[in-house]
Amino acid sequence: MKVLRDTWLIFTFETRIMARNPTVVALTLAQPITFLVLFAPFLKVAMAGRGVESYGDAYAVYVPGLFVAMGLLGGLYAGYGLLSALRAGIIDRCRVTPVSRTGLLLGRALMHVALLEFQATVITVAALPFGLRVNPLDLVVSYALLSLVILLSISISYAIALLVRNENSLGVLINTVGQPVSLLAGVLIPLTLAPLWVQNVALWNPFAWATDALRALFTGHFTAPAVWQGGVVMLAACGLAVGWSIRLFNREVS
Amino acid sequence: MSTRPTLSARDPVAPDRAAAGERRDLVIEASGLRKTYRKRGRKAEAVEAVRGVGFAVRAGEIFGFLGPNGAGKSTTLRMLATLVRPDGGSARIGGVDLVRSPARVRDVIGYVAQSSGTYDDASARQELVAQARMHGRGKAEAERLAAAAITTFDLAEFADRRVRTYSGGQRRRLDFALGVIHRPSVMFLDEPTAGLDPPSRARMWREVRRLRDNGMTIFLTTHYLDEADSLCDRVSIIDRGLIVAEGTPSDLKREISGDVVTVGLAAADEAGRPDAEKLRRAAAALTPLHHVRGVEAVDTTLRLYVDGAATAVPLIMAALLRAGVEPSAIESRRPSLDDVFLAKTGRTLDD
Repeated sequence: MKVLRDTWLIFTFETRIMARNPTVVALTLAQPITFLVLFAPFLKVAMAGRGVESYGDAYAVYVPGLFVAMGLLGGLYAGYGLLSALRAGIIDRCRVTPVSRTGLLLGRALMHVALLEFQATVITVAALPFGLRVNPLDLVVSYALLSLVILLSISISYAIALLVRNENSLGVLINTVGQPVSLLAGVLIPLTLAPLWVQNVALWNPFAWATDALRALFTGHFTAPAVWQGGVVMLAACGLAVGWSIRLFNREVS
Repeated sequence: MSTRPTLSARDPVAPDRAAAGERRDLVIEASGLRKTYRKRGRKAEAVEAVRGVGFAVRAGEIFGFLGPNGAGKSTTLRMLATLVRPDGGSARIGGVDLVRSPARVRDVIGYVAQSSGTYDDASARQELVAQARMHGRGKAEAERLAAAAITTFDLAEFADRRVRTYSGGQRRRLDFALGVIHRPSVMFLDEPTAGLDPPSRARMWREVRRLRDNGMTIFLTTHYLDEADSLCDRVSIIDRGLIVAEGTPSDLKREISGDVVTVGLAAADEAGRPDAEKLRRAAAALTPLHHVRGVEAVDTTLRLYVDGAATAVPLIMAALLRAGVEPSAIESRRPSLDDVFLAKTGRTLDD
């Protein structure tokens, strides 16, 4: 219970502080809208003849991809926040109190989840006038799945940050990891267009399963196997990554 | 070329005293604390930050850890504050074993690090409430404690502004307020006045004394002589991970009996650079003098430890002139903690 209380405590504290920084909020809004306006028209042309007839159809394919791209890449940046909090002595200050160590890391991670979920909501709302139509229940399940995507990527970023302890190395690592993983998840161009060997490699990428599940949900196929498969894969991957990052956090900073 | 002033032989370290009996008035008892940092990489060598440090701190005193940068002060403090696990040795804080039950130690200690540990975009009030909540207080109680701390530490004027707008002294006061929000019985302060202007320093000293007067035991690290001298009831002098002396500032200085005479040898034309030859000749002329018990070279000056300045200064003048060395300045003063440090380690604190 103490873990839950402390996670909630750190989450609300971190969220309030983050919301006080207008630059963060503005950047959060600007980036996804830019992508939405500039990239989706390409997709409509590229996918014409493959079941994509209208902007609405293009968005149903593209928005889930954008969700995963944003969750994956945005989440990977969370490590920077952890490093700067460590450097500023904020983590030390908290660790001298009896606050739960797990709560300290998890509350901070959930703050990033909330921030990126907010981004996802902005994207959804912005895509509506372009003809995106999603069943509200499917949307709720999509957001839940997206939370797992974000949490997985944040935990990987935290773990890398705690291992390298240096912003430059973290930057290089998240770029080299983030790019191929997001391409192999089919976030920009669906994997159905990819050669078979790429599709086979993507089977080992949990983010690819999440993209498939989200696309099924956005096209109204709630009962498609891709949905529950995506959920199971993400839950398992997320559990492992969260456990790993908490272990490292507790070890590095006891 | 230098001989050190002799010091009365006396065990400077307290752990034996601490180990001898369970003393109720000892709030911190540490013995043999060690910490070695191993850097990553194959060729990286291990750094022995703390090599076996022991001391005992009594309830209600201000205990200072004095030493140059890199002596192991902060590492020792971080071990006591449960932030770093010691590689060896043991410590009890308020009777609780540090290594075995760090969680219980955290209830009774407060810690203020050298760097602030607050968010630039938060307000003092937000930080204080969050800190009290992290100590397990409920929401209403936390808000009450924050309001009380704002009054006590005189933060009202800026308590709801962003921390990034605070001055150095205001930030430091907030750090103190955060460290004591849960009314700990032991307070750890890491270089509490480093980088502050003189008025802010004086103010922080007042705050430290006020905390002590409210019944807290204060353990602080410093590399400022005057801070150790006038703020601390007792000090341990630490160098290269080991304690070299311990006692009240006046006792420590009394070990260096007599006066200190400083002979300035900087020539007018060379801007402050030491003239090795001149120093050597002056030291050679002064060391045999009967009144001079020790000679140490510090930059462009010689520090002489003498029985009494009044009788020694004329003899020193005469000896220097006989040797053909013209001093640029001679002054005498009472011994300081820097002289104690020099006597124990052969170096000064600024080295």
